[in-house]
Amino acid sequence: MTDHLLSIVLFTPLAGLLVLLLIPSGNSALLRIWANMAAFAGFLVSLPLVFRFNASASGFQFVERADWIPSLGVHYALGIDGISLLLVMLSTIIGFIAVLCSWQSVQSREKGYYAMFLLLQVGVIGVFISLDAFLFYVFWELVLIPMYFIIGLWGGPRRLYAAIKFFLFTLVGSVLMLLGLLALYYLHFQQFGFNSFEISDLMKLNMPLATQQWIFWALFVGFAVKVPMFPLHTWLPDAHVEAPTGGSVILASVMLKMGTYGFMRFSLPLLPAASADRVVVQIIAVLSIIAILYGALVSLVQPDWKKLIAYSSVSHMGFCTLGIFTLNANGLAGSMIQQVSHGISTGLLFLLVGMIYERRHTREISHFGGLAQVMPKFAVAFAIAMFASAGLPLLSGFVGEFTILQGAFQANRTWAVWAVFGVVLAAAYLLWLYQRTMLGKITHDENRVLPDLSWREGAVLLPLIAWTFWIGIYPKPYFDILAKPVAEIVARVHR
Amino acid sequence: MSYYSATDNFVLLPAILLALFGCAVLLLDFVFSGLRRPALLACTLLGLAFCGAALWRQQAYVNSGVGDLIAFGGALTIDRFALFFNWLFLGTSALVALVSLGYLDRKKTPQAEYYALMLFAQCGMFFLAAGTDLVTLFIGLELMALSFYVMVGFLRREKRSNEAAMKYLLLGAFSSGILAYGFSVLYGISGSTRLSDIATAVSARGPHDPVLFLAIATTAAGALFKISAVPFHMWAPDAYEGAPTTVTAYLAVASKTAAFALLLRLFLGPLESARTIWSPILAVVAVATMTLGNLAAISQNNIKRLLAYSSIAHAGYILLGLVAGNDTGIQGISVYLLVYTAMTTGAFLVVLTMSDGEDIADLGGLAKRKPWLAMLMLLFLLSLAGLPPTAGFWGKYYIFLALIQTGHYTLAVIATLYIAVALYYYFRIVRFMFASDAENPAPETSFGLRLALGVTAALTLGIGIYPEPFLKVAQNSLMGAP
Repeated sequence: MTDHLLSIVLFTPLAGLLVLLLIPSGNSALLRIWANMAAFAGFLVSLPLVFRFNASASGFQFVERADWIPSLGVHYALGIDGISLLLVMLSTIIGFIAVLCSWQSVQSREKGYYAMFLLLQVGVIGVFISLDAFLFYVFWELVLIPMYFIIGLWGGPRRLYAAIKFFLFTLVGSVLMLLGLLALYYLHFQQFGFNSFEISDLMKLNMPLATQQWIFWALFVGFAVKVPMFPLHTWLPDAHVEAPTGGSVILASVMLKMGTYGFMRFSLPLLPAASADRVVVQIIAVLSIIAILYGALVSLVQPDWKKLIAYSSVSHMGFCTLGIFTLNANGLAGSMIQQVSHGISTGLLFLLVGMIYERRHTREISHFGGLAQVMPKFAVAFAIAMFASAGLPLLSGFVGEFTILQGAFQANRTWAVWAVFGVVLAAAYLLWLYQRTMLGKITHDENRVLPDLSWREGAVLLPLIAWTFWIGIYPKPYFDILAKPVAEIVARVHR
Repeated sequence: MSYYSATDNFVLLPAILLALFGCAVLLLDFVFSGLRRPALLACTLLGLAFCGAALWRQQAYVNSGVGDLIAFGGALTIDRFALFFNWLFLGTSALVALVSLGYLDRKKTPQAEYYALMLFAQCGMFFLAAGTDLVTLFIGLELMALSFYVMVGFLRREKRSNEAAMKYLLLGAFSSGILAYGFSVLYGISGSTRLSDIATAVSARGPHDPVLFLAIATTAAGALFKISAVPFHMWAPDAYEGAPTTVTAYLAVASKTAAFALLLRLFLGPLESARTIWSPILAVVAVATMTLGNLAAISQNNIKRLLAYSSIAHAGYILLGLVAGNDTGIQGISVYLLVYTAMTTGAFLVVLTMSDGEDIADLGGLAKRKPWLAMLMLLFLLSLAGLPPTAGFWGKYYIFLALIQTGHYTLAVIATLYIAVALYYYFRIVRFMFASDAENPAPETSFGLRLALGVTAALTLGIGIYPEPFLKVAQNSLMGAP
């Protein structure tokens, strides 16, 4: 187990970035081609992870470990379990697709744009594979800087406001998270007499409930901002709406999962007593349900196509956090599937909105209508994405939400009842959106001449569409991969 | 006891060299009046090189484990603490001297006096770091301060520069008076000016001793003035704004570091046993300093003023290390000062390239004209804000860890939240650099400036990514000292 596969996956985008910097900034064709090749290479090198992953083994795989800062006990420790595997694959695939879809939408300063994207890839992959809390924190912060620039330089009219709001919200959360991690680090030193940030070492800590709760809430702020959980979600609509299409896709599909991943990797295993505490669980479940319903209700009344999808993310991520804090196997596994599914379906929706925006330069829902007649392929793709998001059986969303609701039902029936309303509302706002934009008569003459999807746009969408069908029809491999890590978390929490 | 021993000479050597070369620069300019300006710079750098060689030999002596070098019957001590600070002073002086040539040429001012004053100021700093006697410390402080009063007002024809120098002089003299008063009370308590004797006298007094309180309060006020902590910060924005930019950098970095050396010598030395008296005072001062520095920086449009307030905020963070007071905290102070030197100097170097205005808006569109310069500024600003993987993060890391270790949780939360505030105003600069289309003239960069930028940037990123060797250096510097 001493190969460096994870390091290769982590640093391929960085290598691509360094070469990219050598390309003269005037040569935009070459810049585009190279960025796409680098992102695709990032996906290719991550494929062996899937083939060589052993779903029946417990613990972490592909582990790499080296000293980074010995005097502080900071290690360069990488490794993945089933949870990380899914998220790493999601990152490399979505990362490539987000780069690909920027081909036309980004026409200025391409060099900086693609450089930021590749740097972002390093950050998100690093977050999902770090086994050292310090390394995790470094990657967590590293993600912020490129994302700030992607929103702030290539975004919509209110981009600078949205970018700094995103940055500040996340930063406040993450510095508090840092305090929590430092507290764990210090407690570890007190109890074991040596410095270590490694998660496996921190798991051995023995803490009274009160201490766990304090640290839990410190970490909670960091993760909850990222998810985002109600009431810390207000940065999300701004950031998603203002970001360029590629940025929105990465933000919704991958970066929101950093928060839920944090809960599953840190909060639950490291602070089991606090995570299982009745009050804590109640608070988080209520916040999740509020997010589910509130996000859905706000989506219902959005006049802006992209903002509607942004708020639907709040609702769907509410399911994910609810699933995690059911603290049972169904809820956790369902939450993971829902995270991947949300990554795919919301990614698709943002891509489709981006394509419409490139054609019409407006996202007002009222400016559209009857698009199915002029853009039949687009309408089909949009229908699939929408149903995947709404949780229609045979598509990925159903598997995730159904399993979460199963878990919620086991944990607390009231939660399940409330959460089901979220599913109903999701169907409502999405179908209504579809009706207003795609069906009926063509209400605006400008829309009559819109070209349908090009082959390149189709190539962007197809892999994700195939993926959502795969999870929807045959989710067994996903549950197999998740079984071990989920069981380990459940066992720790209910010890 | 001999009057002037070889050890005395060895200890004093760096200061002697600095003073001699300072005079040499003046004489060179006087004797060869047609001398080309780079020759003056060369002479200054030569002096710094000699000073470095002397420090190197002292370092070798101290490293060999024989013990600290004590001279003049305990008035001067060369220990790891003194050497660490002197290396910082030396590095800053070299960087600032390197970039001064082009700047002074642009401003059309005489140069010999400037370099001489720099060397004299550094000579004063040497005594601040190495002094273990109240008189030595006070003389060092005054030598440094007097040089700075003149340097701040060096642009004689500019009103702002004159005003800044006047303010700095008046307030500085006032604070020196208060400090001298504090010293006199300490002398009254102990009957000696040696720090070791004072330590004995202080620990003999109880924690509620009013005279001791008076001594500590006045001493602290004098020292806090020099590090521009609230409520003695008022001079800093004006002096920073009005002074020539190179002097601002020197003032913000070297002078502040030297003042911290003084503060640490006193508060970790003779006043350590009175921690119960000063710890709460410093905690309040630290929080007030961070608050004022960070909040006032938000609304600044002049970049030098903004950096002035940001350096006030940094002083607050460093004070928190002293409040925590454990090994991590003390180590944190030295790490913080090390990274502060690199990143603040770097940020001022970028400001130095702005030829015709010092408002944030004048940096507009920098990313288009000089992308690498904008990237470097971004690096320095991220580091100042304290984000990994830059050097600035490590300073904050230690401070936070120390606060958690000593149970100062509220202080830790306040200090972390101010990172977000700081980021907001640093990113106002970033916004102008990257998102503005303003057409400003391309900045000029001389070779010396590029070299200095390269060094500071390499340090800022290098310490951030692989801090191990630097942490070791900083760790050793304050262990067992002062």
